[in-house]
Amino acid sequence: MSDTSSHPARPGIWRIAGQLSRSQYWMFALLGLFIPFSAWAMLSASGWVDPIFMPGPWSVLTRLMSWLMADDLAGDALISIYRVAAGFALSAALALPLGLLIGAFRPVEALLEPLTDFIRYMPAVAFIPLVMLWLGIGESAKISIIFIGTFFQMVLMVADNVRLVPLAQIEAALTMGATRFEMIRLVLAQSARPAMLDTLRITMGWAWTYLVVAELVAANSGLGYAILKAQRYLKTDTIFGGIILIGVIGLVMDQGFRWLHRRLYPWAHTRG
Amino acid sequence: MSKVIINQVGKVFERAASPVPALENVNLSIEDNEFITLVGASGCGKSTLLRILAGLEYRTSGEVLCDGRNISTPGADRAMVFQHYSLYPWLTVIENIKFSRQLKVNRENLSSSDVEAASGRADALLNLIGLRKVRDAYPNQLSGGMQQRVAIARALMGRPSILLMDEPFGALDSQTREVMHDLILHIHRIEKTTIVFVTHDVEEAVYLGQRVVLMQPRPGRIHSIFPVPLPAQRTQDMKHSEPFRALRAEILARIRESTGITTDLDMLEQLNLQSAVV
Repeated sequence: MSDTSSHPARPGIWRIAGQLSRSQYWMFALLGLFIPFSAWAMLSASGWVDPIFMPGPWSVLTRLMSWLMADDLAGDALISIYRVAAGFALSAALALPLGLLIGAFRPVEALLEPLTDFIRYMPAVAFIPLVMLWLGIGESAKISIIFIGTFFQMVLMVADNVRLVPLAQIEAALTMGATRFEMIRLVLAQSARPAMLDTLRITMGWAWTYLVVAELVAANSGLGYAILKAQRYLKTDTIFGGIILIGVIGLVMDQGFRWLHRRLYPWAHTRG
Repeated sequence: MSKVIINQVGKVFERAASPVPALENVNLSIEDNEFITLVGASGCGKSTLLRILAGLEYRTSGEVLCDGRNISTPGADRAMVFQHYSLYPWLTVIENIKFSRQLKVNRENLSSSDVEAASGRADALLNLIGLRKVRDAYPNQLSGGMQQRVAIARALMGRPSILLMDEPFGALDSQTREVMHDLILHIHRIEKTTIVFVTHDVEEAVYLGQRVVLMQPRPGRIHSIFPVPLPAQRTQDMKHSEPFRALRAEILARIRESTGITTDLDMLEQLNLQSAVV
Protein backbone atom coordinates (compact mmCIF):
# COMPACT_ATOMS: atom_id res chain seq x y z
CA MET A 1 0.00 0.00 0.00
CA SER A 2 1.40 3.39 -0.97
CA ASP A 3 1.93 6.15 1.55
CA THR A 4 -0.62 8.53 0.06
CA SER A 5 -3.49 6.08 0.37
CA SER A 6 -3.06 5.76 4.14
CA HIS A 7 -4.64 9.20 4.55
CA PRO A 8 -8.11 9.93 3.22
CA ALA A 9 -7.65 12.29 0.28
CA ARG A 10 -8.96 15.83 0.58
CA PRO A 11 -11.87 16.01 -1.88
CA GLY A 12 -10.88 17.77 -5.09
CA ILE A 13 -11.98 21.33 -5.79
CA TRP A 14 -13.69 20.26 -9.01
CA ARG A 15 -16.19 18.02 -7.25
CA ILE A 16 -19.77 19.18 -7.85
CA ALA A 17 -20.92 21.32 -4.90
CA GLY A 18 -17.35 21.03 -3.58
CA GLN A 19 -15.40 23.38 -1.32
CA LEU A 20 -12.82 26.11 -1.96
CA SER A 21 -10.56 27.60 0.68
CA ARG A 22 -10.53 31.38 0.97
CA SER A 23 -7.14 31.72 -0.68
CA GLN A 24 -8.16 29.39 -3.50
CA TYR A 25 -11.28 31.49 -4.00
CA TRP A 26 -9.26 34.67 -4.33
CA MET A 27 -6.81 33.00 -6.65
CA PHE A 28 -9.60 32.04 -9.03
CA ALA A 29 -11.28 35.45 -8.71
CA LEU A 30 -8.07 37.26 -9.60
CA LEU A 31 -7.43 34.82 -12.42
CA GLY A 32 -10.90 35.57 -13.78
CA LEU A 33 -10.09 39.27 -13.84
CA PHE A 34 -6.53 38.82 -15.04
CA ILE A 35 -7.23 36.64 -18.10
CA PRO A 36 -9.53 39.01 -20.03
CA PHE A 37 -7.44 41.99 -18.95
CA SER A 38 -4.18 40.49 -20.23
CA ALA A 39 -5.92 39.28 -23.39
CA TRP A 40 -6.98 42.87 -23.97
CA ALA A 41 -3.45 44.15 -23.26
CA MET A 42 -1.86 41.64 -25.64
CA LEU A 43 -4.40 42.28 -28.35
CA SER A 44 -3.76 46.01 -28.29
CA ALA A 45 0.02 45.55 -28.05
CA SER A 46 0.06 43.15 -31.01
CA GLY A 47 -0.98 45.92 -33.35
CA TRP A 48 -3.69 43.81 -35.01
CA VAL A 49 -6.39 46.25 -34.08
CA ASP A 50 -6.43 49.99 -34.72
CA PRO A 51 -5.97 51.82 -31.37
CA ILE A 52 -8.76 54.16 -32.53
CA PHE A 53 -11.17 51.24 -32.14
CA MET A 54 -9.49 49.48 -29.27
CA PRO A 55 -7.11 51.49 -27.12
CA GLY A 56 -4.79 49.57 -24.81
CA PRO A 57 -5.17 49.39 -21.02
CA TRP A 58 -2.37 51.87 -20.55
CA SER A 59 -3.93 54.60 -22.72
CA VAL A 60 -7.32 54.04 -21.03
CA LEU A 61 -5.66 54.46 -17.64
CA THR A 62 -3.85 57.62 -18.79
CA ARG A 63 -7.12 58.97 -20.14
CA LEU A 64 -8.87 58.23 -16.83
CA MET A 65 -6.12 60.15 -15.01
CA SER A 66 -6.36 63.15 -17.29
CA TRP A 67 -10.17 62.99 -17.11
CA LEU A 68 -9.85 63.07 -13.35
CA MET A 69 -7.30 65.92 -13.28
CA ALA A 70 -8.46 68.15 -16.12
CA ASP A 71 -11.97 67.24 -17.19
CA ASP A 72 -13.94 66.87 -13.97
CA LEU A 73 -14.33 63.09 -13.80
CA ALA A 74 -15.41 63.46 -10.18
CA GLY A 75 -18.22 65.82 -11.23
CA ASP A 76 -19.46 63.38 -13.90
CA ALA A 77 -19.31 60.46 -11.51
CA LEU A 78 -21.02 62.35 -8.69
CA ILE A 79 -23.95 63.57 -10.79
CA SER A 80 -24.45 60.01 -12.06
CA ILE A 81 -24.28 58.58 -8.56
CA TYR A 82 -26.75 61.24 -7.42
CA ARG A 83 -29.24 60.30 -10.16
CA VAL A 84 -28.95 56.60 -9.42
CA ALA A 85 -29.31 57.19 -5.69
CA ALA A 86 -32.35 59.44 -6.11
CA GLY A 87 -34.17 57.17 -8.57
CA PHE A 88 -33.27 54.09 -6.57
CA ALA A 89 -34.31 55.60 -3.24
CA LEU A 90 -37.64 56.68 -4.70
CA SER A 91 -38.20 53.16 -6.03
CA ALA A 92 -37.29 51.54 -2.74
CA ALA A 93 -39.39 53.95 -0.67
CA LEU A 94 -42.49 52.93 -2.60
CA ALA A 95 -41.64 49.33 -3.51
CA LEU A 96 -40.83 48.12 0.02
CA PRO A 97 -44.18 48.97 1.65
CA LEU A 98 -46.16 48.06 -1.46
CA GLY A 99 -44.35 44.74 -1.88
CA LEU A 100 -44.95 44.03 1.81
CA LEU A 101 -48.69 44.60 1.34
CA ILE A 102 -48.81 42.48 -1.83
CA GLY A 103 -46.94 39.68 -0.06
CA ALA A 104 -49.14 39.90 3.02
CA PHE A 105 -52.65 40.27 1.62
CA ARG A 106 -54.10 38.17 -1.18
CA PRO A 107 -56.61 40.85 -2.32
CA VAL A 108 -53.79 43.40 -2.68
CA GLU A 109 -51.81 40.80 -4.61
CA ALA A 110 -54.74 40.18 -6.96
CA LEU A 111 -55.33 43.91 -7.34
CA LEU A 112 -51.76 44.96 -8.07
CA GLU A 113 -49.63 42.05 -9.17
CA PRO A 114 -51.08 41.43 -12.65
CA LEU A 115 -50.97 45.18 -13.27
CA THR A 116 -47.34 45.38 -12.15
CA ASP A 117 -46.43 42.37 -14.25
CA PHE A 118 -48.03 44.05 -17.26
CA ILE A 119 -46.12 47.30 -16.79
CA ARG A 120 -42.90 45.44 -16.01
CA TYR A 121 -42.88 43.93 -19.47
CA MET A 122 -43.08 47.35 -21.10
CA PRO A 123 -39.51 48.35 -21.89
CA ALA A 124 -38.47 51.24 -19.64
CA VAL A 125 -36.40 52.65 -22.48
CA ALA A 126 -39.55 53.13 -24.55
CA PHE A 127 -40.83 55.53 -21.92
CA ILE A 128 -37.96 57.95 -22.55
CA PRO A 129 -39.73 59.96 -25.29
CA LEU A 130 -42.81 60.24 -23.11
CA VAL A 131 -40.82 61.23 -20.03
CA MET A 132 -38.97 63.87 -22.07
CA LEU A 133 -42.28 65.26 -23.32
CA TRP A 134 -43.70 65.40 -19.83
CA LEU A 135 -40.68 66.33 -17.75
CA GLY A 136 -38.18 67.78 -20.26
CA ILE A 137 -34.55 66.80 -19.92
CA GLY A 138 -33.98 67.97 -16.34
CA GLU A 139 -32.89 65.80 -13.42
CA SER A 140 -36.44 64.62 -12.84
CA ALA A 141 -36.48 62.99 -16.28
CA LYS A 142 -33.38 60.90 -15.55
CA ILE A 143 -34.62 59.99 -12.10
CA SER A 144 -37.98 58.98 -13.58
CA ILE A 145 -36.36 56.64 -16.09
CA ILE A 146 -34.41 54.93 -13.31
CA PHE A 147 -37.60 54.73 -11.28
CA ILE A 148 -39.57 53.17 -14.15
CA GLY A 149 -36.74 50.72 -14.81
CA THR A 150 -36.42 49.49 -11.23
CA PHE A 151 -39.68 50.08 -9.35
CA PHE A 152 -41.89 47.44 -10.96
CA GLN A 153 -39.23 44.74 -10.73
CA MET A 154 -38.54 45.69 -7.14
CA VAL A 155 -42.19 45.51 -6.06
CA LEU A 156 -42.55 41.98 -7.40
CA MET A 157 -39.29 40.81 -5.88
CA VAL A 158 -40.13 42.29 -2.47
CA ALA A 159 -43.58 40.66 -2.61
CA ASP A 160 -41.83 37.34 -3.29
CA ASN A 161 -39.43 37.93 -0.40
CA VAL A 162 -42.43 38.37 1.89
CA ARG A 163 -44.26 35.35 0.52
CA LEU A 164 -41.22 33.19 1.27
CA VAL A 165 -41.49 33.84 5.02
CA PRO A 166 -42.01 30.34 6.46
CA LEU A 167 -45.66 29.64 7.26
CA ALA A 168 -44.66 28.22 10.66
CA GLN A 169 -43.25 31.62 11.69
CA ILE A 170 -46.56 33.25 10.80
CA GLU A 171 -48.73 30.61 12.43
CA ALA A 172 -46.62 30.64 15.60
CA ALA A 173 -47.30 34.38 15.95
CA LEU A 174 -51.01 33.79 15.30
CA THR A 175 -51.21 31.28 18.15
CA MET A 176 -49.45 33.77 20.40
CA GLY A 177 -52.23 36.24 19.67
CA ALA A 178 -50.58 38.60 17.15
CA THR A 179 -52.84 41.05 15.32
CA ARG A 180 -52.57 41.65 11.59
CA PHE A 181 -50.49 44.77 12.03
CA GLU A 182 -48.22 43.08 14.56
CA MET A 183 -47.78 40.22 12.12
CA ILE A 184 -46.57 42.58 9.40
CA ARG A 185 -44.35 44.63 11.69
CA LEU A 186 -42.90 41.92 13.94
CA VAL A 187 -42.81 38.86 11.68
CA LEU A 188 -43.13 39.51 7.93
CA ALA A 189 -40.98 42.66 7.71
CA GLN A 190 -38.39 41.26 10.12
CA SER A 191 -38.16 37.83 8.57
CA ALA A 192 -37.91 39.14 4.99
CA ARG A 193 -35.30 41.84 5.72
CA PRO A 194 -32.22 39.93 4.51
CA ALA A 195 -33.97 38.87 1.31
CA MET A 196 -35.20 42.42 0.76
CA LEU A 197 -31.67 43.79 1.09
CA ASP A 198 -30.58 41.28 -1.55
CA THR A 199 -33.41 42.52 -3.76
CA LEU A 200 -32.12 46.07 -3.32
CA ARG A 201 -28.60 44.93 -4.19
CA ILE A 202 -29.75 43.28 -7.40
CA THR A 203 -32.02 46.15 -8.50
CA MET A 204 -29.21 48.62 -7.83
CA GLY A 205 -27.40 47.03 -10.76
CA TRP A 206 -30.40 47.66 -13.01
CA ALA A 207 -30.60 51.26 -11.78
CA TRP A 208 -27.10 51.83 -13.24
CA THR A 209 -28.17 50.34 -16.56
CA TYR A 210 -31.11 52.71 -16.81
CA LEU A 211 -28.97 55.65 -15.70
CA VAL A 212 -26.66 55.19 -18.65
CA VAL A 213 -29.65 54.79 -20.96
CA ALA A 214 -31.18 58.00 -19.64
CA GLU A 215 -27.90 59.90 -19.87
CA LEU A 216 -27.21 58.68 -23.39
CA VAL A 217 -30.48 60.22 -24.54
CA ALA A 218 -31.21 63.20 -22.40
CA ALA A 219 -28.33 64.74 -20.46
CA ASN A 220 -25.43 67.14 -20.64
CA SER A 221 -23.48 65.73 -17.72
CA GLY A 222 -22.69 62.40 -16.12
CA LEU A 223 -20.75 59.28 -17.06
CA GLY A 224 -23.26 58.10 -19.66
CA TYR A 225 -23.22 61.49 -21.31
CA ALA A 226 -19.40 61.52 -21.31
CA ILE A 227 -19.42 58.17 -23.09
CA LEU A 228 -21.85 59.45 -25.70
CA LYS A 229 -19.83 62.64 -26.25
CA ALA A 230 -16.64 60.58 -26.62
CA GLN A 231 -18.25 58.55 -29.36
CA ARG A 232 -18.78 61.70 -31.47
CA TYR A 233 -15.08 62.49 -31.30
CA LEU A 234 -13.88 58.88 -31.66
CA LYS A 235 -12.33 59.02 -28.20
CA THR A 236 -12.52 55.31 -27.56
CA ASP A 237 -10.18 55.55 -24.58
CA THR A 238 -12.81 57.70 -22.83
CA ILE A 239 -15.55 55.22 -23.76
CA PHE A 240 -13.50 52.36 -22.33
CA GLY A 241 -12.63 54.39 -19.24
CA GLY A 242 -16.26 55.33 -18.63
CA ILE A 243 -17.52 51.78 -19.02
CA ILE A 244 -14.82 50.39 -16.72
CA LEU A 245 -15.50 53.10 -14.16
CA ILE A 246 -19.22 52.29 -14.09
CA GLY A 247 -18.27 48.63 -13.63
CA VAL A 248 -15.99 49.51 -10.72
CA ILE A 249 -18.63 51.70 -9.05
CA GLY A 250 -21.13 48.87 -9.46
CA LEU A 251 -18.73 46.35 -7.97
CA VAL A 252 -18.02 48.61 -5.00
CA MET A 253 -21.75 49.16 -4.37
CA ASP A 254 -22.47 45.46 -4.68
CA GLN A 255 -19.74 44.65 -2.17
CA GLY A 256 -21.09 47.42 0.05
CA PHE A 257 -24.52 45.80 0.05
CA ARG A 258 -22.97 42.41 0.82
CA TRP A 259 -20.98 43.91 3.68
CA LEU A 260 -24.11 45.59 5.02
CA HIS A 261 -25.95 42.28 4.77
CA ARG A 262 -23.35 40.47 6.87
CA ARG A 263 -23.21 43.37 9.29
CA LEU A 264 -26.96 43.84 9.79
CA TYR A 265 -28.06 40.22 9.63
CA PRO A 266 -25.31 38.06 11.10
CA TRP A 267 -27.98 35.52 12.04
CA ALA A 268 -28.70 34.93 8.35
CA HIS A 269 -25.07 33.92 7.80
CA THR A 270 -24.57 31.46 10.66
CA ARG A 271 -25.35 27.87 9.94
CA GLY A 272 -25.65 25.46 12.85
CA MET B 1 -66.79 21.32 33.00
CA SER B 2 -64.20 19.95 30.63
CA LYS B 3 -61.41 22.22 29.47
CA VAL B 4 -62.06 21.54 25.81
CA ILE B 5 -65.23 20.14 24.29
CA ILE B 6 -65.10 19.06 20.67
CA ASN B 7 -68.65 18.46 19.54
CA GLN B 8 -69.60 16.87 16.20
CA VAL B 9 -66.70 18.59 14.44
CA GLY B 10 -66.34 17.99 10.72
CA LYS B 11 -64.11 19.42 8.06
CA VAL B 12 -64.49 19.24 4.29
CA PHE B 13 -61.70 20.47 2.04
CA GLU B 14 -63.38 22.17 -0.89
CA ARG B 15 -60.92 21.21 -3.57
CA ALA B 16 -61.45 21.78 -7.28
CA ALA B 17 -63.64 18.97 -8.54
CA SER B 18 -64.96 17.05 -5.56
CA PRO B 19 -64.97 18.03 -1.88
CA VAL B 20 -62.73 15.86 0.30
CA PRO B 21 -64.02 15.03 3.79
CA ALA B 22 -61.06 15.36 6.17
CA LEU B 23 -62.88 15.01 9.48
CA GLU B 24 -66.28 13.62 10.34
CA ASN B 25 -68.27 13.61 13.59
CA VAL B 26 -65.37 14.12 15.95
CA ASN B 27 -66.36 14.20 19.61
CA LEU B 28 -63.81 14.57 22.37
CA SER B 29 -63.64 16.12 25.81
CA ILE B 30 -60.30 17.11 27.27
CA GLU B 31 -59.94 17.68 31.00
CA ASP B 32 -57.94 20.42 32.68
CA ASN B 33 -54.24 19.55 33.04
CA GLU B 34 -54.66 16.45 30.91
CA PHE B 35 -51.97 15.21 28.52
CA ILE B 36 -53.74 13.87 25.42
CA THR B 37 -51.93 12.31 22.47
CA LEU B 38 -53.50 11.99 19.03
CA VAL B 39 -52.11 9.17 16.94
CA GLY B 40 -53.04 7.54 13.65
CA ALA B 41 -51.96 6.77 10.11
CA SER B 42 -51.24 9.63 7.75
CA GLY B 43 -54.41 11.22 6.42
CA CYS B 44 -56.42 10.46 9.56
CA GLY B 45 -56.91 14.15 10.24
CA LYS B 46 -55.00 14.35 13.53
CA SER B 47 -53.09 17.47 12.47
CA THR B 48 -56.24 18.99 10.99
CA LEU B 49 -58.05 18.48 14.29
CA LEU B 50 -55.17 20.10 16.18
CA ARG B 51 -55.14 23.04 13.78
CA ILE B 52 -58.89 23.47 14.21
CA LEU B 53 -58.29 23.62 17.98
CA ALA B 54 -55.63 26.27 17.33
CA GLY B 55 -58.00 28.21 15.08
CA LEU B 56 -55.54 27.98 12.18
CA GLU B 57 -57.94 25.80 10.20
CA TYR B 58 -61.71 26.35 10.09
CA ARG B 59 -64.21 23.60 10.68
CA THR B 60 -67.14 23.13 8.36
CA SER B 61 -69.45 21.73 11.04
CA GLY B 62 -69.74 21.24 14.79
CA GLU B 63 -68.40 23.36 17.63
CA VAL B 64 -65.24 23.62 19.70
CA LEU B 65 -65.56 24.98 23.22
CA CYS B 66 -62.44 26.04 25.05
CA ASP B 67 -62.98 27.13 28.67
CA GLY B 68 -66.64 27.40 27.73
CA ARG B 69 -66.09 29.79 24.81
CA ASN B 70 -66.82 28.75 21.26
CA ILE B 71 -63.58 29.32 19.35
CA SER B 72 -63.01 29.93 15.66
CA THR B 73 -59.89 32.10 15.41
CA PRO B 74 -56.35 31.70 16.78
CA GLY B 75 -55.72 33.15 20.22
CA ALA B 76 -53.04 33.48 22.87
CA ASP B 77 -54.90 30.97 25.07
CA ARG B 78 -54.01 28.17 22.62
CA ALA B 79 -50.27 28.29 21.86
CA MET B 80 -48.83 25.86 19.36
CA VAL B 81 -45.45 24.19 18.89
CA PHE B 82 -44.71 23.23 15.28
CA GLN B 83 -42.47 20.52 13.88
CA HIS B 84 -39.82 23.06 12.78
CA TYR B 85 -38.94 26.43 11.24
CA SER B 86 -41.17 28.34 13.61
CA LEU B 87 -38.48 30.16 15.62
CA TYR B 88 -37.53 33.70 14.64
CA PRO B 89 -33.94 33.47 13.38
CA TRP B 90 -33.34 37.22 13.82
CA LEU B 91 -34.02 37.00 17.55
CA THR B 92 -31.79 35.43 20.18
CA VAL B 93 -33.02 32.56 22.33
CA ILE B 94 -34.22 34.85 25.13
CA GLU B 95 -35.78 37.30 22.67
CA ASN B 96 -37.66 34.45 21.01
CA ILE B 97 -38.98 33.33 24.39
CA LYS B 98 -40.08 36.89 25.18
CA PHE B 99 -41.61 37.47 21.74
CA SER B 100 -45.22 37.39 22.90
CA ARG B 101 -44.52 40.16 25.43
CA GLN B 102 -44.47 42.67 22.56
CA LEU B 103 -47.97 41.77 21.46
CA LYS B 104 -50.88 44.00 22.36
CA VAL B 105 -52.79 41.06 23.80
CA ASN B 106 -50.17 40.84 26.58
CA ARG B 107 -49.65 44.57 27.08
CA GLU B 108 -53.12 45.68 28.01
CA ASN B 109 -53.66 46.55 31.68
CA LEU B 110 -50.05 45.85 32.48
CA SER B 111 -48.57 47.00 35.78
CA SER B 112 -44.85 47.37 36.40
CA SER B 113 -44.84 44.31 38.63
CA ASP B 114 -46.29 42.32 35.72
CA VAL B 115 -43.40 43.43 33.54
CA GLU B 116 -40.91 42.33 36.17
CA ALA B 117 -42.71 39.03 36.63
CA ALA B 118 -42.64 38.47 32.87
CA SER B 119 -38.92 39.02 32.72
CA GLY B 120 -38.50 36.60 35.63
CA ARG B 121 -40.73 34.11 33.89
CA ALA B 122 -38.64 34.21 30.71
CA ASP B 123 -35.53 33.40 32.73
CA ALA B 124 -37.36 30.70 34.66
CA LEU B 125 -38.48 29.09 31.38
CA LEU B 126 -34.93 29.33 30.06
CA ASN B 127 -33.77 27.41 33.12
CA LEU B 128 -36.61 24.94 32.82
CA ILE B 129 -35.55 24.00 29.29
CA GLY B 130 -31.90 23.91 30.41
CA LEU B 131 -30.61 26.45 27.91
CA ARG B 132 -29.29 29.22 30.16
CA LYS B 133 -25.87 28.90 28.54
CA VAL B 134 -27.15 29.76 25.08
CA ARG B 135 -29.40 32.61 26.24
CA ASP B 136 -28.00 35.05 23.67
CA ALA B 137 -27.35 32.62 20.82
CA TYR B 138 -29.34 32.71 17.59
CA PRO B 139 -31.56 29.74 16.66
CA ASN B 140 -29.35 28.84 13.68
CA GLN B 141 -26.52 28.18 16.11
CA LEU B 142 -28.55 25.58 18.02
CA SER B 143 -29.22 21.89 17.38
CA GLY B 144 -32.70 20.79 16.33
CA GLY B 145 -33.52 19.56 19.83
CA MET B 146 -32.44 22.85 21.42
CA GLN B 147 -34.50 24.78 18.88
CA GLN B 148 -37.61 22.80 19.84
CA ARG B 149 -36.97 23.52 23.51
CA VAL B 150 -36.93 27.23 22.73
CA ALA B 151 -40.15 26.86 20.73
CA ILE B 152 -41.77 25.18 23.74
CA ALA B 153 -40.60 27.90 26.13
CA ARG B 154 -41.82 30.61 23.75
CA ALA B 155 -45.24 28.96 23.54
CA LEU B 156 -45.45 28.71 27.34
CA MET B 157 -44.40 32.33 27.93
CA GLY B 158 -47.92 33.73 27.63
CA ARG B 159 -49.31 31.06 30.02
CA PRO B 160 -51.61 29.51 27.44
CA SER B 161 -54.59 27.60 28.68
CA ILE B 162 -53.74 24.76 26.28
CA LEU B 163 -50.47 23.79 24.63
CA LEU B 164 -50.93 22.28 21.17
CA MET B 165 -48.02 20.28 19.76
CA ASP B 166 -47.91 19.16 16.14
CA GLU B 167 -45.32 16.37 15.84
CA PRO B 168 -42.84 18.60 17.67
CA PHE B 169 -40.14 15.92 17.90
CA GLY B 170 -40.76 14.39 14.48
CA ALA B 171 -37.55 15.79 12.99
CA LEU B 172 -35.28 14.79 15.91
CA ASP B 173 -33.08 11.73 16.29
CA SER B 174 -34.29 9.05 18.69
CA GLN B 175 -31.85 9.83 21.54
CA THR B 176 -32.81 13.49 21.50
CA ARG B 177 -36.49 12.51 21.39
CA GLU B 178 -36.19 10.49 24.59
CA VAL B 179 -34.66 13.47 26.36
CA MET B 180 -37.41 15.71 24.99
CA HIS B 181 -40.09 13.27 26.16
CA ASP B 182 -38.94 13.48 29.75
CA LEU B 183 -38.57 17.24 29.44
CA ILE B 184 -42.11 17.78 28.20
CA LEU B 185 -43.50 15.49 30.94
CA HIS B 186 -41.54 17.53 33.49
CA ILE B 187 -42.91 20.76 32.02
CA HIS B 188 -46.42 19.34 32.12
CA ARG B 189 -46.08 18.60 35.83
CA ILE B 190 -44.60 22.00 36.67
CA GLU B 191 -46.64 24.27 34.42
CA LYS B 192 -49.91 22.35 34.86
CA THR B 193 -50.75 23.00 31.23
CA THR B 194 -53.27 21.01 29.29
CA ILE B 195 -51.38 19.44 26.39
CA VAL B 196 -52.72 18.06 23.12
CA PHE B 197 -49.90 16.29 21.31
CA VAL B 198 -50.08 14.95 17.74
CA THR B 199 -47.68 12.22 16.65
CA HIS B 200 -47.47 9.31 14.24
CA ASP B 201 -45.18 7.46 16.66
CA VAL B 202 -47.24 5.05 18.77
CA GLU B 203 -44.51 4.54 21.36
CA GLU B 204 -44.29 8.30 21.85
CA ALA B 205 -48.07 8.56 22.12
CA VAL B 206 -48.29 5.86 24.80
CA TYR B 207 -45.28 7.09 26.78
CA LEU B 208 -46.50 10.71 26.95
CA GLY B 209 -50.27 10.48 26.99
CA GLN B 210 -52.66 9.97 29.87
CA ARG B 211 -55.13 9.04 27.17
CA VAL B 212 -54.25 8.10 23.60
CA VAL B 213 -56.77 9.08 20.97
CA LEU B 214 -56.49 6.80 17.96
CA MET B 215 -57.79 8.27 14.72
CA GLN B 216 -58.47 6.56 11.43
CA PRO B 217 -58.51 7.90 7.87
CA ARG B 218 -61.01 8.32 5.03
CA PRO B 219 -62.73 10.26 6.40
CA GLY B 220 -60.74 11.27 9.48
CA ARG B 221 -62.51 10.26 12.67
CA ILE B 222 -61.82 8.96 16.15
CA HIS B 223 -61.45 5.18 16.19
CA SER B 224 -61.07 4.70 19.91
CA ILE B 225 -59.67 6.29 23.04
CA PHE B 226 -57.24 4.33 25.24
CA PRO B 227 -56.54 5.34 28.84
CA VAL B 228 -52.85 4.58 29.46
CA PRO B 229 -52.49 2.12 32.38
CA LEU B 230 -49.21 3.54 33.63
CA PRO B 231 -48.38 5.65 36.72
CA ALA B 232 -48.67 9.41 36.22
CA GLN B 233 -44.93 9.84 36.68
CA ARG B 234 -43.40 8.09 33.68
CA THR B 235 -39.90 6.68 33.50
CA GLN B 236 -38.04 5.31 30.49
CA ASP B 237 -37.93 1.75 31.92
CA MET B 238 -41.75 1.61 31.77
CA LYS B 239 -41.33 1.20 28.01
CA HIS B 240 -40.34 -2.39 28.74
CA SER B 241 -43.28 -3.04 31.08
CA GLU B 242 -46.04 -5.42 30.06
CA PRO B 243 -48.94 -2.87 30.07
CA PHE B 244 -46.89 -0.47 27.89
CA ARG B 245 -46.00 -3.13 25.34
CA ALA B 246 -49.52 -4.54 25.28
CA LEU B 247 -51.09 -1.14 24.64
CA ARG B 248 -48.54 -0.25 21.98
CA ALA B 249 -49.15 -3.56 20.19
CA GLU B 250 -52.91 -3.09 20.43
CA ILE B 251 -52.79 0.43 18.93
CA LEU B 252 -50.40 -0.63 16.18
CA ALA B 253 -52.72 -3.51 15.28
CA ARG B 254 -55.72 -1.14 15.18
CA ILE B 255 -53.81 1.27 12.92
CA ARG B 256 -52.96 -1.55 10.51
CA GLU B 257 -56.56 -2.65 10.55
CA SER B 258 -57.95 0.81 9.96
CA THR B 259 -55.68 1.58 7.03
CA GLY B 260 -55.88 -1.90 5.57
CA ILE B 261 -52.13 -2.00 5.13
CA THR B 262 -51.31 -5.66 4.76
CA THR B 263 -49.56 -5.33 1.42
CA ASP B 264 -46.11 -4.90 2.93
CA LEU B 265 -46.50 -8.03 5.05
CA ASP B 266 -47.72 -10.04 2.06
CA MET B 267 -44.78 -8.85 0.05
CA LEU B 268 -42.29 -9.78 2.76
CA GLU B 269 -43.84 -13.21 3.06
CA GLN B 270 -43.49 -13.81 -0.65
CA LEU B 271 -39.87 -12.70 -0.59
CA ASN B 272 -39.25 -15.14 2.26
CA LEU B 273 -40.85 -17.95 0.29
CA GLN B 274 -38.75 -17.16 -2.75
CA SER B 275 -35.49 -17.10 -0.80
CA ALA B 276 -36.47 -20.40 0.83
CA VAL B 277 -36.86 -21.97 -2.60
CA VAL B 278 -33.47 -20.62 -3.72
